[in-house]
Amino acid sequence: MPPFQTLLDDHAAEVMGVLRGAVGRTDADDCFQETFLAALRAYPKLKDASNLRGWLLTIAHRKAIDHHRANGRRALPVAEVVEVAVSDPEPGDGIWEVVGALPPKQRAAVALRYGSDLPHAEIAAALGCSPEAARRSLHEGIKRLRKELA
Amino acid sequence: MKATLERLADRASDEGLLDVAYAMSDSPFGPLLLAATPRGLVKLSLPGHDPEQTLEDLAARISPRLLEAPSRLDQARRELDLYFEGKLTQFDLPLDWQLSRDFRRRALRAIDRIPYGKTRSYTEIARSAGNERAVRAAGTACGANPIPIVVPCHRVLRTSGALGGYGGGLPMKEALLKLEGIR
Repeated sequence: MPPFQTLLDDHAAEVMGVLRGAVGRTDADDCFQETFLAALRAYPKLKDASNLRGWLLTIAHRKAIDHHRANGRRALPVAEVVEVAVSDPEPGDGIWEVVGALPPKQRAAVALRYGSDLPHAEIAAALGCSPEAARRSLHEGIKRLRKELA
Repeated sequence: MKATLERLADRASDEGLLDVAYAMSDSPFGPLLLAATPRGLVKLSLPGHDPEQTLEDLAARISPRLLEAPSRLDQARRELDLYFEGKLTQFDLPLDWQLSRDFRRRALRAIDRIPYGKTRSYTEIARSAGNERAVRAAGTACGANPIPIVVPCHRVLRTSGALGGYGGGLPMKEALLKLEGIR
């Protein structure tokens, strides 16, 4: 395994950006700490170093989901989304606010797919569900977004 | 982001998740890389050695839970600064010897006992380590010293008084001896 510091050097900014998008600026720092502490805990036992970015983003989204659960599923207003590697063609103004208002699983699925560009299998790993269920969450999320934004 | 990362290093350390902390430190000879485990200073890499390679070695040999955490190396950096200014003659740092074993570790511990401003021969070090005839191995132990300067292998010379070798290059060895008033 490479020195853990290289994971921070390479991915800390992106993880922070994703977390700000998922839980808001105020709570992103706490989720960031939880994400990297969890990663440090698991790191020596990690078998495969080929996709450390996906692994970290997966943990980050789990922490974001935990955070929302702990807050009783209340939707947090997301003022702005920065530094997110957006692959969504034209994320119009405020789209992430609408994403932020989705139920946790749908929100995470959408953020992982279009914010972090993860494939379905990794989204499934992040959410702790089957790829089929991940696909369904994503589908439901997109459907709801279309309705909200229509 | 800097404060966030410092907080992370502190929390990792508090939770026993920081196995190796490292920091760069300036010296008159160029940047030094210092690394410590919770037990003590484990590695000092001299200028001219690739820091990234050193960090990869430490990750492989000790633990990949390795973070840049300068606050964990404040004391070592302070003592080294004073040493280079000629104001410190004995380091008072906990050391972690885990990167050396057996004869090499015994040789390095013997070297660690050479007082400031004094020298020993490779033969004397071999004898202190328990095998007077292992002069070449004593030389190898010096060359493989993971914590040079602090474990003063620059104080080991040939019996003839010739410099022998040094991981940071002979000019550095000579300069350190001069700093200590030896040559």
